[in-house]
Amino acid sequence: MRQSRFDPFGSLGEQLIQFRNELNNLFSRWNERESWYGAAGYPAVNMWENADAIYIESELPGLELRDLEIYVTGGNQVTLKGERKQTAISGCAWHRQEREHGSFTRVLTLPVPVNPDKVDARFENGVLLITLAKQEAAKPRKISVKAD
Amino acid sequence: MSDSHPTSPKERAGASRRETTRGPTFRPRVDICETANELTLIADLPGVRPEDVDLRYENGELLLHGKVRSRHEGSYLMQEYDVGDFYRVFTISETIDSSRIEAECKHGVLTVHLPKMEAARPRQIQVRSS
Repeated sequence: MRQSRFDPFGSLGEQLIQFRNELNNLFSRWNERESWYGAAGYPAVNMWENADAIYIESELPGLELRDLEIYVTGGNQVTLKGERKQTAISGCAWHRQEREHGSFTRVLTLPVPVNPDKVDARFENGVLLITLAKQEAAKPRKISVKAD
Repeated sequence: MSDSHPTSPKERAGASRRETTRGPTFRPRVDICETANELTLIADLPGVRPEDVDLRYENGELLLHGKVRSRHEGSYLMQEYDVGDFYRVFTISETIDSSRIEAECKHGVLTVHLPKMEAARPRQIQVRSS
């Protein structure tokens, strides 16, 4: 009767497979249940631009505006600082807590310098939208090509 | 420096949603807490106006559907989250008085009050000394 006492891919193999699966889940961008875009900080931010301005949008439901600060420094850095407070209900027992709360600071570097005097911030239905006007020198310029 | 933690991604709703919608559908995060008189459900629905919340009670289930309008078409410099409707279903026990369910929505947060039936409220029982 041969009994293999050394199986190189026995329980260690199983652990390696488990490890690989966990790494896959960590790095996979498209998962059945969740969409992970690899946000680098809190809150998650979407940013887009047009010729005149850069737009920063973030979902911060339930944020009180007095708990939010926005700074523009160095021409191209935006700092979002604030706190999402947990709803206080006296005498209650929590069954489930999924909503995030706590204080946050996030610094974003913009691709072009913006005018710190021309910043507009709007908060509607829990969505914060910051519009930052680009500095004149940073706006795209169309170059006309002369043909002989 | 204050605390910063990585964003937990938004959770996509599975195939259980009832209506077909364009774009992804997400499962909103909720807090549920209980007091002596009612259950309170608080849901994060960013981008949903109060008139876009479809909240129904049917057959012992609370169906929550928040419609979100697209806020940006086109490319992004940076995209860390996707935008889409919210949908989630909760099973409500019979101890809830479904005729008195109330809800309000402010700053993208929906608060639903589910009052308990009279019979289900906890009662202090007086102990008599004999």
